[in-house]
Amino acid sequence: MNVVIVALAIPLLTALAVAFAGRSPALRNAVTLIGGGLLAVVVFGAWPTVIGGDRPTWEAWAILPGIELLFVLEPLGLLYASVAAGLWPITSVYAAGYLEGAGEKHRTRFFVCFALAIFAAMGIALAGNLVTLFLFYEVLTLSTWPLVTHKGTAEARRGGRIYLGILITTSVGLLLPAIVWAGLLAGTTEFRAGGILTGKASPAVLAVLYALFLFGLGKAALMPFHRWLPAAMVAPTPVSALLHAVAVVKAGVFAVLKVSVMIFGLDNLDQTDASEIMQWVAGFTILMASIIALQQDNLKARLAYSTISQLSYIVLGATMATSLAAQGAGLHIVMHALGKITLFFCAGAIYVAHHKTLVSELDGLGRKMPWTFAAFGLASLSIIGIPPLGGTWSKWWLTLGALEAEQYWIVATLAISSLLNIAYLLPIVARGFLRPSAEPPHAGAPQDHGHHDGEAAATMVAPLMLTAVGCLAAFVLAEPAIRLLQGAIP
Amino acid sequence: MNTQLPVLVVLIPLLIAPLIVLVRNPTAAWALFGAAAVSSFALAVQCLLLVQEQGLLQAFLGGWEPPFGIEYRIDLANAIVLCLVSGIALLVTPMAKASIEREISEPRIYLFYACLTLCLTGLLGMAATGDAFNVFVFLEISSLSGYALIAMGNSRRALLASFRYLVMGTVGGTFFLTGVGLLYALTGTLNMADLAGSLTMGFDSRVLIAAAAFIVVGLSIKIALFPVHAWLPAAYAEAPSAVTAFMAATATKVAAYVLLRFAATVIGPVVVFATLPIGTALVWLACIAMVAGSIAAIYQTDFKRLLAWSSLAQIGYIVLGIGLGTDAGASAALTHMVNHGVIKCGLFVIAGVLVWRHGQATVANFAGMPQQSPWLFAAFVIGALGLIGVPGTGGFISKWVLLQALIAESAWVAVAAVLVSSLLAVIYCWRVVEIAWFGDSDASQPPAAASRTPVGATLSLAMLSGLVVYLGVHSSWLVELTAQAGADLFGVGR
Repeated sequence: MNVVIVALAIPLLTALAVAFAGRSPALRNAVTLIGGGLLAVVVFGAWPTVIGGDRPTWEAWAILPGIELLFVLEPLGLLYASVAAGLWPITSVYAAGYLEGAGEKHRTRFFVCFALAIFAAMGIALAGNLVTLFLFYEVLTLSTWPLVTHKGTAEARRGGRIYLGILITTSVGLLLPAIVWAGLLAGTTEFRAGGILTGKASPAVLAVLYALFLFGLGKAALMPFHRWLPAAMVAPTPVSALLHAVAVVKAGVFAVLKVSVMIFGLDNLDQTDASEIMQWVAGFTILMASIIALQQDNLKARLAYSTISQLSYIVLGATMATSLAAQGAGLHIVMHALGKITLFFCAGAIYVAHHKTLVSELDGLGRKMPWTFAAFGLASLSIIGIPPLGGTWSKWWLTLGALEAEQYWIVATLAISSLLNIAYLLPIVARGFLRPSAEPPHAGAPQDHGHHDGEAAATMVAPLMLTAVGCLAAFVLAEPAIRLLQGAIP
Repeated sequence: MNTQLPVLVVLIPLLIAPLIVLVRNPTAAWALFGAAAVSSFALAVQCLLLVQEQGLLQAFLGGWEPPFGIEYRIDLANAIVLCLVSGIALLVTPMAKASIEREISEPRIYLFYACLTLCLTGLLGMAATGDAFNVFVFLEISSLSGYALIAMGNSRRALLASFRYLVMGTVGGTFFLTGVGLLYALTGTLNMADLAGSLTMGFDSRVLIAAAAFIVVGLSIKIALFPVHAWLPAAYAEAPSAVTAFMAATATKVAAYVLLRFAATVIGPVVVFATLPIGTALVWLACIAMVAGSIAAIYQTDFKRLLAWSSLAQIGYIVLGIGLGTDAGASAALTHMVNHGVIKCGLFVIAGVLVWRHGQATVANFAGMPQQSPWLFAAFVIGALGLIGVPGTGGFISKWVLLQALIAESAWVAVAAVLVSSLLAVIYCWRVVEIAWFGDSDASQPPAAASRTPVGATLSLAMLSGLVVYLGVHSSWLVELTAQAGADLFGVGR
């Protein structure tokens, strides 16, 4: 059976099954895990096929005249799908532990929306034309909104309003006209190797269109359309971890990359300089977001601004319009995902076990939660880009691309940003291990929610250890991903 | 091809209306209305299929050939409108029964259904006929029955709403009639195809200009285009729910179709869009309507009023397509007539269910309701997404076709207005969603007992919501149909 249909069907069926299994938590967790495991097997099972040059396709039916609901499994999409599908089951284990530990309600709704979000992510990964991509892009926005407002408090509702407001505004206000316009210019909206817009419009029109696309893909969180991401941090941490560090934000930058490579075409961008303005925007976002991250005391807010900064690495890689940089961008989708999900897992574990949300409260906590803080440190090093961790490769490739394009300011930007990464991530680990504990251990005090005074539950620590080890493994095992990207972006 | 099929579409409901008055039994009256809807829908679909096959259906009443007798003339554009009107009547039927029993006192129910059937007749007649004066006759049939239907709303404010509509509607009808009279004076014919042929000369005729102005203004009132829209919100809010569900999806759409027909063929695009700035004026008024209607919707506390203001904005999209004066614009207008008809009908059915349960539908009271009736509010979300134009709903398809037509004409201001209006739609829709799911529920409400949904309404809603999604993901046939209809109207070869 067509792998494309299977990859779309599994999360959708999981959502349905969870909805019907709602009464029994054990059954619900089992269904989510089985769905996640199956999806990971299916997606990773498709690697040999795609590397071998096959492009499994499903042309469902015509949405509009000449525009099909079209799905094509190509290397870039496979990479994004693998990231989302691989991390989903791990997050499901973590989420079950987190919701239990944090005492959240409405868990059935939570897992249904979660599965729907993964369904949307698969649709985005597999979309064969812009209209299909747009359809699932909006499904992703809408299915994650109930997760952001999950707590139902005034603060959560406000966060949800900003979230929905910015994402819908950019997608309907900028992305939709961009897609219609591109479709009119090119006569098609299909993703094709080498792009569809070469020679179809003047450089000025291309530059405007490119800006419409990049700002319209608001999930890429380019400044000034980045505010939704910190606002989304009111969500329970598993949501922040998988969706707002991986599936949702990577959907944005993945779409940016795919539009750059397969709608505009890298050669076309290079010759017309249509992407030059957006390069500056991305460079500005990298530095500005890092500087804001430095000033955040709330741990999740700091991680959110770090994400905004890191996303723009990928946008920058796409806008440089060279193969090496674009491959680096693709690689960074994977590497950043592994690193950032670990960081969020740790933040959630700290919150559940000790109810700490501020960086300034973490003094001495590393000695109580050594595994969590060790994982945090590993993931931080990966984000910074220090060997032997996965993040090294993507920065390496991006820098190579910048050198090849003789864009020395980009090399400088990447270097400065790495320093800023060190400045806002490593002090957290240092506080945890080196500073003396802030509060005296209250001996004999009643322990709330039955927490012991150390690590969080095993269902939370195991996933975060797993992804931290993944950061290490990604350094050694990056080769298939690089081969895949070289196939996608020759 | 000469066939009596187009006549039957209109004639069957026309004959059923007096029959309803004779039988008097409420259930029988409802069943007869349903029968009228079913038969006209079946015949309308038959018309559409025949038109697709053969191009044009003509029926000469009493065998009098045009231009002397009345001709019913069906091409793709009005075949689509016929299907929409009769289809909506059909979809509203299951919902109407329980809703009307709750909202109208039993002795008057048969009169209600008689009026509703007459209204259906009038709307179908306006769409089917090929005679300009006959359009006026049916316009008045639909309007007069419409005034009566609105006045049957269960609050006293309904009378005032109906009276305002009566005044405005009569002015509109009179304007239209004056315009048609001038055309008759100018050409000596009332047959629309014949008029189109006769008016090709003398573009600078003052009479023709006056006629065009009278007809456009008259129809604008029936369409409820800004700034002659004031009758609509009150009328929709106060009318019985089933009436609103039916009329919101059909009445303004048929008037918009007549405007499109007169602009594109009868008076002709040269006069309307080149000699006179009517096209430009329509575009600007539509843009204002889209934005202002959406802004007003944000501030409504009553659910039906909110939907009514949203309708004003959505009508703007349709008029915008007409005002462009291109076949692509006409196609966009026809596409949105269908999509908005289906979407708004579904939303008013939801309003009907809420009124049936609680006697009113105030947005502030929605808090906590989705937990009791998740399917009802799921249907609301689908409709809301349709209004916004989120992909996967029919509203997206409309917006796509409309944006294509606008960008092709480089009408950037209108593009901006469409997008701003969509974003405002997010605000007025999501305000309701947020209150419903995350608002603090009012404990004083009787909860469980009132959470039932009548079977008929469930049936209506399931079909309408399904249609919204279906039209969002599998719409190429509809868009091809409307594109061909637009090309036929403007005489462009495709």
